[in-house]
Amino acid sequence: MGRNTLIAALSAALALAGLSLPASARTTQTELKPVPGGLSFEQPIFGRFDQGSLQRGYKVYAEVCSACHSMNLVYYRNLCQQNGPFYDPKHPNSNDAPVCKAIAASIKVPDLDQDTGDAIQRPATPADAFRNPFPNKIAAAASNGGAAPPDLSVMARAREGGAQYIYNILTGYVTPPAGLTVPAGKFYNPYYPGDLGSFWTGAKDKVPEGGFIAMPFQLTPNRVSFDDGTPSTTEQQAKDVATFLAWAAEPKQTERKEAGLAVMIYLLLLAGVLYVSYRAIWRNVSH
Amino acid sequence: MSGHPPSAYEPKTGIERWLDARLPIVRLAVDMMDFPTPKNLNYWWTFGGILAVCLVSQIITGVILAMHYVPNADMAFNSVEHIMRDVNYGWLIRYMHANGASMFFLAVYIHMARGMYYGSYKAPREVLWLLGCIIYLLMMATAFMGYVLPWGQMSFAGAVVITNLFSAFDQVIPGLGTAITTWLWGGFAVGGATLNRFFSLHYLLPFMIAGVVVLHIWALHVPGNNNPIGVEVKSKADTVPFHPYYTVKDGFAIVAFFVLFAWFVFFAPEALGHVDNQTPANPLVTPAHIVPEWYFLPFYAILRSIPQKLFGVLAMFGAIAVLFVLPWIDTSKVKSMRYRPTARIFFLMFVAAAIGLGWCGGKEPDDVVLTFGHTATGDPTGFSVVWLSRILAIYYYAYFVILFFLGLRENPLPVPANISTPVLGGAAMPAGSAAQAEKKG
Repeated sequence: MGRNTLIAALSAALALAGLSLPASARTTQTELKPVPGGLSFEQPIFGRFDQGSLQRGYKVYAEVCSACHSMNLVYYRNLCQQNGPFYDPKHPNSNDAPVCKAIAASIKVPDLDQDTGDAIQRPATPADAFRNPFPNKIAAAASNGGAAPPDLSVMARAREGGAQYIYNILTGYVTPPAGLTVPAGKFYNPYYPGDLGSFWTGAKDKVPEGGFIAMPFQLTPNRVSFDDGTPSTTEQQAKDVATFLAWAAEPKQTERKEAGLAVMIYLLLLAGVLYVSYRAIWRNVSH
Repeated sequence: MSGHPPSAYEPKTGIERWLDARLPIVRLAVDMMDFPTPKNLNYWWTFGGILAVCLVSQIITGVILAMHYVPNADMAFNSVEHIMRDVNYGWLIRYMHANGASMFFLAVYIHMARGMYYGSYKAPREVLWLLGCIIYLLMMATAFMGYVLPWGQMSFAGAVVITNLFSAFDQVIPGLGTAITTWLWGGFAVGGATLNRFFSLHYLLPFMIAGVVVLHIWALHVPGNNNPIGVEVKSKADTVPFHPYYTVKDGFAIVAFFVLFAWFVFFAPEALGHVDNQTPANPLVTPAHIVPEWYFLPFYAILRSIPQKLFGVLAMFGAIAVLFVLPWIDTSKVKSMRYRPTARIFFLMFVAAAIGLGWCGGKEPDDVVLTFGHTATGDPTGFSVVWLSRILAIYYYAYFVILFFLGLRENPLPVPANISTPVLGGAAMPAGSAAQAEKKG
C-alpha cells in the first residue's frame, strides 16, 4: 500500500510537471447520443423523476445489475421514502411501508446469529443496505477477471454525462471494427473512455473512439419483464435503470429543486423590497 | 478607531453608562453604524459585505457538517454521502458549503479587482490591503484542505499534487523537500493521518480568517473607505452615515448575490465540482486529468507553464506574493484608474490574462489552441495551451512592472477636487486641479 501510494504520488507529481509526459496517452470516447424521449429529471428546475420509470429501473437493477454490482449507500427503506420509486403517501414512514418490507424480506443478507455468533443468512429489513453480491472486494475481483465491478450508489454522479452516459454505455455495444483486437474477457464499447491505439492495426489516424469494458452487453430485449406492460426493449431497460441510478445517486434531488423554487421566489421578492428601500433612503442624496 | 469622528453615542440609562465606562461595546457598534462613508461608492464596493456574509455562511454550515462528518480514510466518503442522504437538510448544508467556497472566491476576486482598479491599496491603506492578502492566503489554504475532506479521487489527487509542491525544495537542499512533505503528510504518503490533520486545520483556519477580518475592518475604519474617484473625503458633505445608506445598499447587493448562490445550490449543485470526486479515493488509480477547483486554475496554469519544478512552484507562489508588495510597486499618486486611461487598459488586460490563465489551467498542457498541422496519428499540432499559459503568465508579472514605470511617466486625466463636485453635476474643474490632486494623493 505504502509503495503503491508512493507510485501514485510520483505519477501525480509527473502529471503536475505536465511537460515531461508525451501526448501519447489519448483517451477518447464517442460523443453521447441523446436518450430517446429525454430524461425527465434532467431539467434543472422543473425536472422530476418519473415514478414508473424508477420502479422499472429498480427491477432492472434487482434482476440484472445486482448480480455483480453493489449499491452500498442505498437502503431498502430508501425505495419507499418521499420521491422514491415505491413512495406511497399512505405510508410516509419508509421503514414501515409494506412494499419495502416485502422487497427486503425477499432478499437474504448475511448476519451473525445473536446467540451463537455463527454466520447466518436472514431476510433483510427496510433498514438494511442493498445486499452486496460478493462477500468482499477480493471475491468480487476474483469472480470478475481481476477487477471488482464498481459500486453503483453514486455512479450517475461519478461520470461525465451522468445518466445519459449510463444509457449510452448500456445500449452502445457494437461489433468491433475490423482491425481492432479485443482482448479476452473484454468488450468494445465506443462510449467507454479508452485509448485503443495499441490494439488497432488499421490506419494510424483512424483509431476507433471508445474503449474496452469488462462488462458484456446485458440488456437484451425482454431480459426484464415490466409489471406495467411497458415493452421491454434494450433502450427502455437502459433508460429506466439510468433513471433509477440517477435517483439513487441523489435521492433528495426533488426536495432540492422544490426548495430551490421557493427560495428563489423569496430571494427575488426580498431583493425587490430592498431595492425599493434603497431608492427611497437614497432619494435625497445626490451621488 | 482613530478614523472615527467624535462619538455620537450618549448612554441614556444607568446600565448603559455603567457598561460604557467598563466595555464601550455599544459605543463601538453605534460608531460603526454611524461611520461616515463616501457617498459615491458604486456596487463594486458591496463585495466587502458579501464576503462577510460568505464567511459567516461557511462557518455555520461547516460547524454543522463537522457534527456528521468522520475524518477517517475509510469512512470520510460515506459520511459525506450520509450527510447528503440521511441528515435532515444535510444536502442543503453540504451544497451550501461546497458552492459557498466558490461564491466566496468569486466575491473575493471581484473585491481584489475593485481594489486594484480604484487604487484602494495605496496610502494610507497599505495595511488594509496587506491584511486582505493574508485573508486571501488563509482562504486558499482553507479551501484546499476542505476539498480534501470528502476523500474522493480528486480530493486525494489534489492533496498529493499540492503537498508534493514542497518536495521541490529538495532542489535547494537535498532532503529538505522530502522532510517537509513527510511532516505535512504525517507519514510517507498522503493517507489517513493527512486527512485527519487537514480536518483539524480546516476547522481552525476559518476562525483565523475571522480574526484577520476584524483587523481588516479595523484598518478600514482608520483611513475610511476609498471611493471610485480615489480622492479622499474632504468634508462631511462627501459622506453619508454607513447606516442606513450602506446597510440597505449592501443588503440589496447581498440578496442579489444570494440569487446566484442559490441557483448553484439548488439547481446546479455539482456544476462547479468534478465528477471524479464522486469516486472514493483510491491511491492505486490516478485520475486521468487532475484539475483543481476553478478558483485555483490560474495559479495551476502558471505552475505548469514552467518545466523546471522548483521554478514553477516559485512562479506560482510568486504570483500571490507580488500582491503583497503592490502598494509599493504602483508609483502613481492618482488612485482611481478612471483618471489613468493607459493604466486602465493594462489593468483590463491583466484581468483578461488572469481569466485566460484560468482557462489554460483547466485544459491539458498539450491541448492545441491554434492548429497548424497534424501528426501521423491525426492529432492536431500547433500553438499549445502551455505556450499560451507562458505568454499570459509573463503578462501577469509584467503588469506589475508596467505599473511601476507607468506611474512615473503617464499623464493622468484631471482629478476632481472632491467627491461632491462631480456628483453635483459636472462643474468645471479648476485649472491645474489634476496636478494638485496628484500631490494630495
